[in-house]
Amino acid sequence: MRITQGAFSFLPDLTDAQITAQVQYALDQGWALGIEYTDDPHPRNTYWEMWGMPMFDLQDAVGVVQELNECRKIHGGLYIRINAFDSTHGWETVRLSFIVNRPAIEPGFRLQRTETGGRNIQYTTHAYATDKPEGDRYG
Amino acid sequence: MAEAGPVAAGPTPDLIDLKADIEQTGVAEVLDRLDRELVGLAPVKQRIREIAALLVVERARASLGLATEHPTLHMSFTGNPGTGKTTVALRMAEILHKLGYSRRGHLVSVTRDDLVGQYIGHTAPKTKDVIKKAMGGVLFIDEAYYLYRPENERDYGQESIEILLQVMENNRDDLVVILAGYADRMARFFESNPGFRSRITHHIDFPDYGDAELMVIADKMLEQQNFRFDDAARAAFAEYIPLRRGQPHFANARSIRNALDRMRLRLAHRIFSAAPLVSRDDLMTIREADVRASRVYSGGLTGSVELNSGPVA
Repeated sequence: MRITQGAFSFLPDLTDAQITAQVQYALDQGWALGIEYTDDPHPRNTYWEMWGMPMFDLQDAVGVVQELNECRKIHGGLYIRINAFDSTHGWETVRLSFIVNRPAIEPGFRLQRTETGGRNIQYTTHAYATDKPEGDRYG
Repeated sequence: MAEAGPVAAGPTPDLIDLKADIEQTGVAEVLDRLDRELVGLAPVKQRIREIAALLVVERARASLGLATEHPTLHMSFTGNPGTGKTTVALRMAEILHKLGYSRRGHLVSVTRDDLVGQYIGHTAPKTKDVIKKAMGGVLFIDEAYYLYRPENERDYGQESIEILLQVMENNRDDLVVILAGYADRMARFFESNPGFRSRITHHIDFPDYGDAELMVIADKMLEQQNFRFDDAARAAFAEYIPLRRGQPHFANARSIRNALDRMRLRLAHRIFSAAPLVSRDDLMTIREADVRASRVYSGGLTGSVELNSGPVA
């Protein structure tokens, strides 16, 4: 099941040229770009691993795309996303975040129903991938 | 590359107006400004015109579908301090940007400190960080020979050099590297790092300014700051220039700027300690006394230990 988090995730995967264009847009807005990766695709997992420090003071997208390619060399089988952070007063938050790399096979989620007191049911989404230990989840 | 693409849309034209192209891109204007604002430096201006011409022709060739490799644009600027290397590098970035050979046209100016780290594993990220910032523009490495310290074989500079060489080769269309420094030390640097020499196509030498040229520079600087010499002061300053040249640590235009700054200081002190009422003219005019007060006239600083930027009076 294709996971849909962040911008553009309902579209076909972005090509490198499209990623470059999006990154350039973010740089032109004065946002700082960061690259993150994870092998836990749960939507509530907001803490992805950082690939190096966020990149400040860049002018051109090529620098970011090079870092992304470095990251792909090592974590090519995992989810990688690019975050664009806006530091202007009043925003101080991520303005754009999109997935730029995903595993070849995405096993998806199981919906787990737990019956509790009365007729209540608690729902849990459980990623099949996380049944395996960290590092062995994708390929 | 896309930016250097066809000049005219539609079917490929048979004739291309190079003059129109150079006008349209705004390069002509930058070159004219270079001529106007920079005094002297005739060989440098000549070389820059040649490079600009080459790039315009390359563009024209590309637009007619004549396959060309992306020209190597890395340069080395050699010359004594204060001969305008940084200023010219800024203009170069602008020219490259207007011709589409540099996507952003910004200049990142660094020295050894910005590239080389202090402990093992610190250098590579630091150098890569600087390179990332310079991507799409021009990386200007001032006093590049400090990167290489032959007396210390464990110096981290070598690591930085290797990364730079790799980027200069692989990212030729993303980044232009300009190395700058004194001529003799750069020559030695290139001897011990043949990789740099072979990757740099344009070696531009910046000559020292003549006395008359320095006088013109002084006038331009004063004009920008809304000051001027009176006649006696100008004559005194014309004497000052050759005298200063004979003193140690002479740094061409930079020495002139420092001298002018000190004269402004004396001017301020003089009018402050004189009558309480000053005219516009008083505030603008540097008089002979302000110039003559310099130590340079009395044989000055020979023998004393001072730096370029130090208080050489």
